[in-house]
Amino acid sequence: MVPDATPDRRAQQTVTGRRQVRQGTPVGCATTTRRGRLFDYAEAAVQGALDAGATYADARALLSREEAVFARDGLIESLRTDEHAGVGVRALMGGAWGFFATNDLTEASARSAGQQAATIARASAMVPFPDVSLTDVPVVQDSYETPHDEDPFAVAISEKADLLVGVTTAMREVDGIAVARATQRSWSTEKWFVSSQGHRISQRLVECGGGMDATAVGDNETQRRSYPQAFGQYATGGYEIIRDFDLPAHAPRIAEEAVALLSAEECPTAESDLVLESSQLALQIHESVGHAIELDRILGWEAAFAGTSFLDLAKLGSLRYGSELMNITADATLPRALGTFGYDDEGTPAQQVDIVRDGTWVGVLSGRDSAHIAGLPPGGMVRADGYNRLPMVRMTNVGIMPGDSSLDEIISETRDGVYMSTNRSWSIDDKRLNFQFGCEIAWEVKNGRRGRMLRNPTYTGITPVFWSKLDMLAGPDEWVAWGTPNCGKGQPMQVAHTGHPATPARFRNVRVGVRG
Amino acid sequence: MSATDGAGPAAAAAEVVRLERLCDQVLAGLGAGAGIEAQVIATASRWGLTRFANSGIHQHVGEHTVTVSLQAAFDGRVAAASTSRTDDAGLYELVQRVEGAAAVRPVDPEWPGVTPPTDVADVDHADPATHEPAPAARAAHVEAFVAAGESTRAAGYVDAAGTRTVFANSAGHHATGSWTRATIDGIHQTTTSAGKGHQTSRRLGALDGGATGRRAARLAADSADAGDLEPGRYAVVLSPECVATIAQFLAFYGFNAKAHLEGQSFVELGEQQFDEAFQLWDAALDDRALGLGFDAEGSPKRRLQLVTDGVTGNLAHDRRTAGRAGTQTTGHAIAGGEVYGPVPTNLFVGAGDAPDVGALVAQVDRGLLVTELNYCRVLDPRTQVVTGLTRNGTFLIERGEVTRPVTNLRFTQSFVEGLGPGRLLAATADTRFADGEFGPGMVHCPAVRLASWNITGGARG
Repeated sequence: MVPDATPDRRAQQTVTGRRQVRQGTPVGCATTTRRGRLFDYAEAAVQGALDAGATYADARALLSREEAVFARDGLIESLRTDEHAGVGVRALMGGAWGFFATNDLTEASARSAGQQAATIARASAMVPFPDVSLTDVPVVQDSYETPHDEDPFAVAISEKADLLVGVTTAMREVDGIAVARATQRSWSTEKWFVSSQGHRISQRLVECGGGMDATAVGDNETQRRSYPQAFGQYATGGYEIIRDFDLPAHAPRIAEEAVALLSAEECPTAESDLVLESSQLALQIHESVGHAIELDRILGWEAAFAGTSFLDLAKLGSLRYGSELMNITADATLPRALGTFGYDDEGTPAQQVDIVRDGTWVGVLSGRDSAHIAGLPPGGMVRADGYNRLPMVRMTNVGIMPGDSSLDEIISETRDGVYMSTNRSWSIDDKRLNFQFGCEIAWEVKNGRRGRMLRNPTYTGITPVFWSKLDMLAGPDEWVAWGTPNCGKGQPMQVAHTGHPATPARFRNVRVGVRG
Repeated sequence: MSATDGAGPAAAAAEVVRLERLCDQVLAGLGAGAGIEAQVIATASRWGLTRFANSGIHQHVGEHTVTVSLQAAFDGRVAAASTSRTDDAGLYELVQRVEGAAAVRPVDPEWPGVTPPTDVADVDHADPATHEPAPAARAAHVEAFVAAGESTRAAGYVDAAGTRTVFANSAGHHATGSWTRATIDGIHQTTTSAGKGHQTSRRLGALDGGATGRRAARLAADSADAGDLEPGRYAVVLSPECVATIAQFLAFYGFNAKAHLEGQSFVELGEQQFDEAFQLWDAALDDRALGLGFDAEGSPKRRLQLVTDGVTGNLAHDRRTAGRAGTQTTGHAIAGGEVYGPVPTNLFVGAGDAPDVGALVAQVDRGLLVTELNYCRVLDPRTQVVTGLTRNGTFLIERGEVTRPVTNLRFTQSFVEGLGPGRLLAATADTRFADGEFGPGMVHCPAVRLASWNITGGARG
């Protein structure tokens, strides 16, 4: 409703929509945000919560910036920067959490936010949850910055635009390409974390990446090829990451493959040996391991939206997750990987945790409250998508340790199978068991050789059954920490950046070629 | 800042004035000049969420935020930026970022210009009491939902959101709007099953946590100890939640004019692509709708008939796609639409005449009753073949009756084919807001009976 206090404005708007721009305060004499004050705002928020009766509180003041450049068919399609600044405070009262966020960066507003968080926590008592307690972690005063050579925000946007325009032009020059796209995105996230226990941590995380894809449109279907992976490859670090992709060198190849797919044979419906390229294995890990080992899901905290997990804590240390080749870790310290940081959003230091050892399930992703309930050490895996979101358990770099083979050896030792590359679709049930993935491209493998190209490849399975079929894994030379910048979880949906080290791998007797 | 300072008429008026000042300040900062076009959107949001799991509240949050978005073209060189820093420094840097980025961008040959002064309907989709309710009001709905299950565990959320938005551009076009939305969405769980309940309304006070919880608890109990089912083609009765997901996929991937212009949409205008019983339209101004009366470009929203008697009729356009297609915008620009294209987000699916879901079930000789589709992904946008799973209550129907629960099933099915000629056999007379894959409050629809649905897997793989 247009406010009653301004009837003239409503009448004006309804008649013509035209309005003269009033002269507000001219923009042009401002100063930048004083970063030195952001610890003060976080401390004010914590103090506000404590003054209102909270038994514990923590707060994150945050200043984040994202730059995104999208190109399509030789033109810049979108060029934008988004900036978020604010403070979010979490208060524990009577064993229940409350959280409040504001973008009004003043000490008074931050203190009020802390009070609001405590008020909200108090209201939680109407429908009580088992009392929250926090596992002890070191009380740290520290700072961290992502190691990087070339700050992506210091690289001229014109250089980025030129690169993307060039590669999309090159892809469109291939006959049959209907759409050629390329993207670069960079993030700078500065956080100032304070807790009532004495934490005082500042961090600057630097991330960037991108990629390109070409789409060919046929009579009744489309085919797409991407590089370096579907939706692009992302990592922590500087612009050197994007330079390493060498996008121009790959543009003609992926465009030609997209066109070739339109006339390729359909992936057969069969039970077949399946060889997965490493970025597809990375997504397989993300969906069928990474989400399943989130302790909040195992405890039922995400049941309604994201689902639970087939994993039962009583079987931690004994459940057979896969073959003995399967060794999975969650490592938030891995250089350059997208799920790397100094401290999580509870102030717990980044660390490496074993998840699956020789095929047996041995670890989970956890935070201070979930770890306390499970009687486990806190994993330092709690993060939030912005100052205005509640931190929750998120994947760090959940990846598979390399084996001792190679893709060439895997192919040469496969008599009858399908080699699939680059994700196209992904779907898995709410317990992380029944999955179906589609890939952009596949090749038949016959008698140790890669044969004809196959279109619309899909495969399906049940998580522990599928992982038990893993029998070959490439070695360290082909181990890549793939980044997933679009991991969704929570309500409202929070997006997290996660990493997934993986190599090419082979699985025996998998159902492929599911048809619609 | 207090918990209630945004709800009253005086506070609302003051907030709108503040947002207008932010818009004016940004436009003034850009300066006037030949070749400079700009649009600014300032939005103030109040939002509160109460999440529950294991039958208790475990996440309880609130936020007050203001964001300002600017898109500007300098002789056709276009850039955009947004900020939540609304002080002088933040707005100054917002303008600087846009100017700096645009300066190095090539001229955009498809820049459609900003919206000229245009009538915008004075819709009111806001409920003052919902704009900023106390957390206890949400918790009371949770309490009722949880209490509806005697021996089940409950999980879900209640939220209430209120938004005030001011749009202004360099052509003198101006629009103001506000809207609210409240949702209760949750499941009850047994040790082997789950059932879902959902309600969305403009008013938090219109939600009924007890009734929603009872539906979820009953579905959970009815679907306990489910058995597997062989893959194959089955007749289906789909709940409004399933229909909402289908409608959202048709809208995002098909009726999106950008996808159509690029040859990636299934839409063939004027063709009988759907059953003659299928009606689909977008109507932001409908009395039942949520949202603003204008789009991200400031264009007024009007009713857009997408499918009439099964014949595909229109595409959703923004100014950019309209320019390319030589037509007019339909008012469906979204934020980021230059990349993703225009999308209808106030969808309505036509009702039928069946009194309730039970009547639809009674018409089925052998088939499935499905509560929700989950984790749906398009395998190919052109054919709209989608894979996903059933969730929160799936049942076998035999000779007009539900005979047993079945485990969650995987389907791989073309949504266009599923609603194709001869396949939409019946729909309920009642329609409501349903929760789809892209979220609540976007689709108002009935439950439907379809002739065939392709089940490709179950609990065994």
